[in-house]
Amino acid sequence: MDEFIHFIISKYNYWMALVLLLIGLYGMISKNNLLKKVISMSIFQSAIILFYISISAKKNAGIPIIEHGYNGHHGNSHVVIDAANYVNPLPHVLMLTAIVVGVATLGVVLSVIQKINQVHDTIEEDEILRSMEE
Amino acid sequence: MKLPAFLLTLSVGVLLLIASLELPEWGESNSPASSHVSPHYIEKSLEETSVPNLVTSVLADYRGYDTLFEIIVIFCAGITVLTVMRRTFISKVKYSNPRPDREDSDIILQSAARLLVPVMQVFALYVVAHGHHSPGGGFQGGVILGASFILLAVAYDLKTVFKYFNENSILLLSVVGVLIYAGIGIACMFLGQNFLSYAAFAKLPGITEAEAHSHGMLGVEIGVAITVMAIMFSLYADLSSSGDLDEGL
Repeated sequence: MDEFIHFIISKYNYWMALVLLLIGLYGMISKNNLLKKVISMSIFQSAIILFYISISAKKNAGIPIIEHGYNGHHGNSHVVIDAANYVNPLPHVLMLTAIVVGVATLGVVLSVIQKINQVHDTIEEDEILRSMEE
Repeated sequence: MKLPAFLLTLSVGVLLLIASLELPEWGESNSPASSHVSPHYIEKSLEETSVPNLVTSVLADYRGYDTLFEIIVIFCAGITVLTVMRRTFISKVKYSNPRPDREDSDIILQSAARLLVPVMQVFALYVVAHGHHSPGGGFQGGVILGASFILLAVAYDLKTVFKYFNENSILLLSVVGVLIYAGIGIACMFLGQNFLSYAAFAKLPGITEAEAHSHGMLGVEIGVAITVMAIMFSLYADLSSSGDLDEGL
């Protein structure tokens, strides 16, 4: 039983990200409304961001900022910094840029949807296809 | 459409679930992701760059190229939205405006915005300038700066904000930010090093090599903040007024 609980605890973070990812994927495929598709895409993106952040976590580690006064000024360090005391900064960096780029691409998508709505008077996919055939 | 989508999602879910069993335990400190390049970043960053915030030093120094093209992506997205939302293309189609007539003014919202905006902007400048030593940096500060303009535009209307920050200055600032970033890279080349290797600034008098990295990063972060601020506000302005830039929400 203990082993089973340990197994759940060591994996549930990934599973939660997986659930969010599937919600986003299902929405992107099945929804007819373009705006709902975009919302699903954002959920999908958040799932990936959460997954990356869970990868960076380490037990008993602090934020990736080295404490002040931990060693001397400007590089003449005497104390060895142990990598196990700080979470992995690399996924944080990647996701920081991914969030901002995500907002920018979301803006592009929304502007295209606005234009589609101005031309076709609808953002339902099947109605757009019908009005294009006519 | 619903059932095939559900089945596809389910099969992807099962596959990923099986794959997740092979992932390292959550919080394990010697997982593959944390055992190759990141220990170098953590252990050597302070020595090499004199920047305690590892996220900033990795973002702006070790992976400087990545961030440069990241803000070029943001810049391109902003330009794309400006181009798509211009009225000239589809001016024949009259878009019936579903916006309700706006109330004259909301005194509580406007006073609160007037109080908040200066505080937000000062805080944003702090986040940009202090990003080396505490959580923060160019992207975060730029977004807060952009949000302060958006708040002003929500409380009043777009025209009021455009009196201080018009479309030309948005375009100008978004270009200036990218140019600051690329210019710092080119300045390194003029000082005899590779593009974006800030160690070149150590040739200037009174700067050690580690400090040169730190100052180079600060300049780069300022460039990022300027571009992000201009693009965030321009996205809001274009999307909320469907390209007219008259009233906004």
